[in-house]
Amino acid sequence: MVLSWVWLGMAAVSVVFGLLTGRIEAVSRGALEGAGAAVQLCIAMAGVLCLWSGIMEVMRRCGLAGGLARLLRGPLGLLFPGARGDGEAMEALSANVSANLLGLGNAATPLGLRAARRLHTLSGGGRSASNDLCMLVVLNTASLQLVPATVAGVRTAAGSAAPFDILPAVWVTSVCSVLVGVLAAKLLSRTWR
Amino acid sequence: MNSLLAAVVPLILVGVPGWAALRGADVFKALTDGAAQGLSLFKTLAPTLVALMTGITMLRASGALDAAAQLLRPLTAALGIPAECTPLLLLRPVSGSGALAVGAEIMKNFGADSLVGRTAAVMLGSSETTFYTIGVYFGATGVARGRHVLVCALLADLTVFLVAGWAARVL
Repeated sequence: MVLSWVWLGMAAVSVVFGLLTGRIEAVSRGALEGAGAAVQLCIAMAGVLCLWSGIMEVMRRCGLAGGLARLLRGPLGLLFPGARGDGEAMEALSANVSANLLGLGNAATPLGLRAARRLHTLSGGGRSASNDLCMLVVLNTASLQLVPATVAGVRTAAGSAAPFDILPAVWVTSVCSVLVGVLAAKLLSRTWR
Repeated sequence: MNSLLAAVVPLILVGVPGWAALRGADVFKALTDGAAQGLSLFKTLAPTLVALMTGITMLRASGALDAAAQLLRPLTAALGIPAECTPLLLLRPVSGSGALAVGAEIMKNFGADSLVGRTAAVMLGSSETTFYTIGVYFGATGVARGRHVLVCALLADLTVFLVAGWAARVL
């Protein structure tokens, strides 16, 4: 639904702007070029994405994700005081965060939703989100991914000499953003009832 | 540092299958099954990208994107963000595939290794589709009052955009 408006907005603005600036010829050519560029992009990044999906599947099957989840349990207990004593919630929480870190997007969402339902039940349900549930959602709206494979794929498609050389910048940026989100959630949870 | 970084991906490509083989997993089967999943992800992504990249390329050709960038330049320059990345800033929290299309167009237009292209890549790689995620989680739990969630999530997104320009330049 949102995308319908985004698409309509883009098309309408470019036609009006193109007519006003006399570039409607270029707009018309751009439409055809854009469609072709999208297919080229898909083909160029397909290799990286498939390879990386393969590696992620190996990580999942050999228990690497599970091992990471066990390591994360302790630190996550500090972030989620209400869930600390609950085995089921902590298991789903740590599995969700570990899947996010490894970039297992398909696995992360169901695990996160299981954790969310459990946290909601623990807090007594109701129409209002508990502190722990808020923290979980904030964590999932920030990116925890260690290796952003899709972006590396797009960079490969755009002809980057070293598609993965943005890793340190992505790590620093992600850490800053997660810290801001978590701190804000901790601070606001006291005042925003 | 650079060669260390260049080794990260090859090391993962050896380390993970190596570890899996030690644990007795069928590495090649897992690898190809996963790759097949990647391909099916593609089937859903490709049509969206065709539509959205058509739109964004038209927008670029009409001159509207450059005009918007010029208009915003004083503000974004003060914040240290390339003005060319502002469409990404607006779309990122709303639509994942939309942001991917815009990011790809920016990298194609300005070069993947240019400062603008790198900043766009860092922004894409360090953020999530905030509104979608909040909708999914609250929908699944039946929560109507999200309290401080949206404010915190958007503060985290804002941090990404403020830090990305600097990080892409310095790191």
